[in-house]
Amino acid sequence: MLRTSIKALALTLGLFAAAPAQAAGGSVALPDVKFSFDGIFGTYDRASAQRGFQVYKEVCAACHSMRLVSYRNLRELGLSEAQVAAIAATVEVQDGPNDEGQMFDRPGRPSDRFRRPFANDAAARASNNGALPPDLSVIAKAREGGAHYLYALLIGYSDPPAGVTLMDGMNYNKYFPGNQIAMASPLNPDQVEYADGTKATVEQMARDVSTFLNWAAEPELEQRRAMGVKILIFLTILAGLTYAVKRKVWADVEH
Amino acid sequence: MSIGLHNSEFKNPVVRWIDQRMPVFTMMQKEYGTFPTPKNFNYFWNFGALAMVTLMIMIATGIFLSMHYTAHTSMAFESVERIMRDVNYGWLIRYVHANGASMFFIVVYIHIFRGMYYGSYKAPRELLWILGVVIFLLMMATAFMGYVLPWGQMSFWGATVITNLFSAFPVVGSFIVELLWGGFSVDNPTLNRFFSLHYLLPFVIFGVVFLHVAALHITGSNNPLGIEPKGPQDTLPFHPYYTAKDSVGLVVYFMVFAGLVFFAPNYLGHPDNYIPANPLVTPAHIVPEWYFLPYYAILRAVPDKLGGVLLMFGSILVWFVLPWLDRSPVRSMRFRPLARIFFLIWTACFLVLLWAGGKPAEGHYVLIARIATAYYFAYFLVILPLLGRLERPLPLPESISRPVLGGGPLPSGAAAKPMEKA
Repeated sequence: MLRTSIKALALTLGLFAAAPAQAAGGSVALPDVKFSFDGIFGTYDRASAQRGFQVYKEVCAACHSMRLVSYRNLRELGLSEAQVAAIAATVEVQDGPNDEGQMFDRPGRPSDRFRRPFANDAAARASNNGALPPDLSVIAKAREGGAHYLYALLIGYSDPPAGVTLMDGMNYNKYFPGNQIAMASPLNPDQVEYADGTKATVEQMARDVSTFLNWAAEPELEQRRAMGVKILIFLTILAGLTYAVKRKVWADVEH
Repeated sequence: MSIGLHNSEFKNPVVRWIDQRMPVFTMMQKEYGTFPTPKNFNYFWNFGALAMVTLMIMIATGIFLSMHYTAHTSMAFESVERIMRDVNYGWLIRYVHANGASMFFIVVYIHIFRGMYYGSYKAPRELLWILGVVIFLLMMATAFMGYVLPWGQMSFWGATVITNLFSAFPVVGSFIVELLWGGFSVDNPTLNRFFSLHYLLPFVIFGVVFLHVAALHITGSNNPLGIEPKGPQDTLPFHPYYTAKDSVGLVVYFMVFAGLVFFAPNYLGHPDNYIPANPLVTPAHIVPEWYFLPYYAILRAVPDKLGGVLLMFGSILVWFVLPWLDRSPVRSMRFRPLARIFFLIWTACFLVLLWAGGKPAEGHYVLIARIATAYYFAYFLVILPLLGRLERPLPLPESISRPVLGGGPLPSGAAAKPMEKA
């Protein structure tokens, strides 16, 4: 019995071990950074995510859309209803057609999705030297390494090492696959002014915006983990009960 | 047999009234209540029930997902993210469904391993085994089409690579591919028909599972000793003994499942599938879902496209004739010292192929995949047929109860007793 159980375990582990090997990619090791949402019980650092939203709004949003996220979702980061309404109202949204069949502009509402910086992908490419800035809604789930990779990418800019020639308009980044990235280094020290007095170093902004982007990609993370803990506690008790029942039922059988 | 009411043994008047006219209660009592089941199952015998439960979970979650999903290339990706964000507990339903596919394959792989190790495919259970292989093929088709539906990069490029395999067949190849695509490339008609078939096939699976279980209840279950029960002393009624034992396995299984869903829901997925499908950008490495990697490795191990496709399909089709390739009268590998070693090496080769399928098809990965592929087929086509004639199996116990009740070494007469052909 024990031997067969070990075999079953080995088989299962073999299957699991194969999965992360799929996309190792062979790039350099990411810098060691700890996020509040790492691990099994981690949650989002609200203050950091709010600062990250500020970085997105003032820096990233010039080129990157987040078309799956609505302003109302910012309530989950601890902003008040009035704050969310005020943020939404700062953008102009095209709506319509109205009764006369005309499209019209109106201030944004909390129910609107984040405004896109470009009308379409062609316009985005035209303004960015032919490169398309990816939508950032699920970027933390769409890259190997998630938020850790995003952080690394944002602090990974430098001059190219000797012997490396960059293509026209490209920038050197040691964490980007192939090392040549169209996006210029987006973060400079004190580029944003944090309301809470946190010093806006490049590392701080990178950490904050990575937290924000992870929240945008996995807004359900805290609810999911909290539910998972309850369900596992329940199942552990149930496992004990069913095993006790099984023992009792089988007590009179020689096997 | 005379026509009239069924002679029901149930006392409850409502149950009795129904059972006399349509004896479903008698049937359930016979097939899942008193059904005589060998008393010596180990926990490997949980996995059939686990697969059944997983199928029901997949159908239930799939029905709810389809209420919110939009099968159109311009909206599919966004509708899936809407499920994740705006549908109440949509993230839970989707992660259960997505990880449920992986859990389904883990369970079914262990179930197949169990069948191969204990010789469950041998007479009189050949048809039971064949129906199982049919279920597995249907599962593969269903899982493949399901992975296309979110319309991410791996959905699109996986679909492109896999459907293009059929073009390797001479004469009919391009016809089959265009039939699968509904056009001249993977596009909206492909997505629509895959959605339709992805909804249909699980119910076909359900039908074949019914046949699988029906066949099982004719021959009865195999068991770890691989010998038939000799009488009532060797069996137990399915309920409460195996309902209780399956419940233990089920709860432990749910714990693993929940661990994946709640704490690592994207662990077995590929990050590229969170990038919307783009026919103009090819991912650096196109890889199928992990459960297809062994066959993908076999495909790429062969330098010739048609040869690779044939070997890939052959790697599963060979299972159909397994009952006739393995001629040894002894079922359980416990009593087959040589076959057991060769089979465990085969299992290792399967895992090596699973690993190699996720690596780029270059350098020593290809060499390793080729060696593992060669052994994969050699085991079925050369080693097993030869072992059936050459191997000296260990003495079989006289009966299922015997080794338990007797305790000490078996009487020498048991060793000489030939394996009965039930």
